[in-house]
Amino acid sequence: MTTAPAPVRARHPGFVADLTTVSLRAVRLTLRDPEAIIPALVIPLFFFVINLGQLQSFTEQGFPGLDFKAFQLPVAIIFAVTGVSRAGSLVIDIQSGYLDRLLVTPLRRLTLLLGLMVADLLLVMALSVGVVLMGFVVGVGFETGIAGVALFVLLGGLWGLAFTGFPYAIALKTGSPAAVNSSFLLFFPFAFLTSSYVPTEALTGWLRAVARFNPCTYLLEGMRSLVYGGWDAAALAKALAAIAGVGTVSMSLALTALRGRVRRA
Amino acid sequence: MTAAAPAAILAEGLARTYGEVRAVDGIDLHVAPGEIYGFLGPNGAGKSTTVRMLTTLARPSGGRAVVAGHDVATDPDGVRLRIGVALQEAALDAKQTGRELLDLQGRLYGLNRAERAQRSDDLARLVDLGTALDRRVGTYSGGMKRRLDLALALVHHPEVLFLDEPTTGLDPASRAMVWAEVRRLNVEQGMTIFLTTQYLEEADELAHRVGIIAAGRIVAEGTPAALKRSIGTDVIVARVHGDLAAARTAVAAVPGVERVDIHGGELTASVADGAAALSPVAVALAGCGVHVAGITLRTPTLDDVFLETTGSHLEAS
Repeated sequence: MTTAPAPVRARHPGFVADLTTVSLRAVRLTLRDPEAIIPALVIPLFFFVINLGQLQSFTEQGFPGLDFKAFQLPVAIIFAVTGVSRAGSLVIDIQSGYLDRLLVTPLRRLTLLLGLMVADLLLVMALSVGVVLMGFVVGVGFETGIAGVALFVLLGGLWGLAFTGFPYAIALKTGSPAAVNSSFLLFFPFAFLTSSYVPTEALTGWLRAVARFNPCTYLLEGMRSLVYGGWDAAALAKALAAIAGVGTVSMSLALTALRGRVRRA
Repeated sequence: MTAAAPAAILAEGLARTYGEVRAVDGIDLHVAPGEIYGFLGPNGAGKSTTVRMLTTLARPSGGRAVVAGHDVATDPDGVRLRIGVALQEAALDAKQTGRELLDLQGRLYGLNRAERAQRSDDLARLVDLGTALDRRVGTYSGGMKRRLDLALALVHHPEVLFLDEPTTGLDPASRAMVWAEVRRLNVEQGMTIFLTTQYLEEADELAHRVGIIAAGRIVAEGTPAALKRSIGTDVIVARVHGDLAAARTAVAAVPGVERVDIHGGELTASVADGAAALSPVAVALAGCGVHVAGITLRTPTLDDVFLETTGSHLEAS
């Protein structure tokens, strides 16, 4: 227990350095947290295979010319990335007191959230790539080529990122793992009150009306256009607008919750 | 370490309320640079709330506090750059290694790669974690976590170190190691240390001055020796059954007895010369009709000070 004092001087590292520090930690912990990644890989694969097995013949007979595998690929992306976040680990930091350890440093508070989201974005992009590879394996092709594939993955990643604000808001507001787990319920209306199994025009009256207000409907249409519709600027613009709309709401909630958590109440 | 010295920690009327509860009720502090200040009190007395305000984790409801020359309310970042904090529970990330945590902590204080590597090596030796430093923290014992927690608080070489009950739950060997390190930091580096504890022995051993807090207020303050002297040179403690009022009157009449207190079934007499007063006190008790279950003579402790100022024993609170 002896040492010479080291000639160090604390200083503000700057916003980018803070963001990098929090992001590196989040990425490292993501890689050490396979139990959080495996379900996000297995669930879309499971539903993709089951949906094809149950509905492919029926749907393709009902909609001549429809490639149900291509139709389902964006749905698999939604299943893979929606709700994937480090909100659970944030709750652990709150409960263990590690968040307080971070808060007594000069760390920029905003980077606490943004750093986690950097890791989330990388993860959901990786999950999107995985789903696309799965699509390639079963024979799905992209009419828009490599650029379309890249945009498809990017849309999936951005959607996943836009959605993370909800679990983060819940985590920061409640500090409760149970509440964060229950945020998964938000996934269901987004993923199922839309054209997840049949085209929008085939939905029954009430569901078609609801689907019109579901951002996922426009995201799915934009992503499907990249797979089998060719470049469709209007569809892509609507998809991006849907992501932006959800992101604006969720991030506003998350930032409000962050302010509440760190305001030294 | 006089009141005129510039303060490393200054608090004036510092208060914190939670709803109707006044957790900290207007305390004043003046901790000089290089001083070890022991903040002694039972659970719920307001120690941790005070630390949370001084370390910028909680905003004061009233009063003001200046730490390392920066106001905790108006310049919290200035405070954060200059303090190190080890909170009550060793707040660590179980999925990272000790070395990763030290490196991350260094990044948060703007240390460059070389400084971080140097500090990690220095602190690894300091906290004596050996090869465990490269293991995930989830595998550490309680004592190892506490030592790593202390190392994290020291990464940036802070001017003021806050230790919130640093040895609670530690085995005697780990406790001794933390005490030795606290002394060394203070002596060799002149670090100001604000230490909260509920252990009398810890405050007595480590602190230059002690503040005793109860129900959100500082009820006594001074050097451990001065606080104990305020009780008397010696203390006679008798466990008594029967008419306690009569016992008090009888003992108070014994020459050399300066003060008599009764708490529960325990009579405490402060005396100038314990050896001389012990027999007369025993005779006085026997003569007033009470049953004496036991009688001891000892020097005063900080618990006697706590008992005197709050009416209850610290360790029973």
